Amino acid sequence: MWIYEKKLQYPVRVDTTNPTLAAMIIEQFGGPDGELSAGIRYLTQRWTMPTNQAKAVLTDIGTEELAHWEIIGTLVWRLVKDAPVDKIKGTPFEAHYVNHGKSPFPHNAAGANWTASYIQSKADPVADLHEDMAAEEKARSTYEYLIRVSDDPGVTDALRFLRQREIVHFQRFGEALRIVQEDMDCRKYY
Amino acid sequence: MDREQMDSLVELMETSFVITETALYLDTHPNDERALQLHNTYSQRYSELKSIYQAKYGPLKNTEMSRYPWGYIDGPWPWEINFTNF
Repeated sequence: MWIYEKKLQYPVRVDTTNPTLAAMIIEQFGGPDGELSAGIRYLTQRWTMPTNQAKAVLTDIGTEELAHWEIIGTLVWRLVKDAPVDKIKGTPFEAHYVNHGKSPFPHNAAGANWTASYIQSKADPVADLHEDMAAEEKARSTYEYLIRVSDDPGVTDALRFLRQREIVHFQRFGEALRIVQEDMDCRKYY
Repeated sequence: MDREQMDSLVELMETSFVITETALYLDTHPNDERALQLHNTYSQRYSELKSIYQAKYGPLKNTEMSRYPWGYIDGPWPWEINFTNF
């Protein structure tokens, strides 16, 4: 089960009103390597994990990804909340605005809706953990592109935090994979 | 949200982040006793800070106790705070 704790994982500061940047950051709200994909991917893979370490890692990282999804939604919202319509017109956020107004919505920066085909769950712990490690690297890469296009110092600060988390998660998934493989080898030569 | 509450909240968030990180590390290193000690120290610190914060500003979770009226619903909600102190 989950219980909501009324705080963000990281203190978000947004310095500007910037619908264009919001439209780019939405990549991590509903894109293939975004936080929603990550959370649903890891939490879905838990049932077929053979070791307690891997079950714990998927549970805890999956949960943390939902907190990151909240941070991304907060960045998007704060970048657009004070924008008058004439500051939205002509920006890449305009297409989002005519459907969703200023609400964040899980689609990528190009407007494609989030889909479960962004994730995999193979009931094969080696395949799943490799997918998870790749997902963390792809998310790190996306954050690096976003940091390059960000011209808001507060937003950049939050993006740097989120990028660092991808690196830590990659490390933990790698350890979980090693533990799973050792466990499988043990069984083989029993 | 005044400066004093924001500072307390950030301190709470920092402590919470420490235990998120130690817990994740312990998931794959359950026999690292030094890491476990660090985790337990910060876990205790977190529950102390949380008690002080909640007594002053109301519940952070809907499973916590509240003064009358039900304070859980009070704003600002997390996404409404601009952390200018950070």
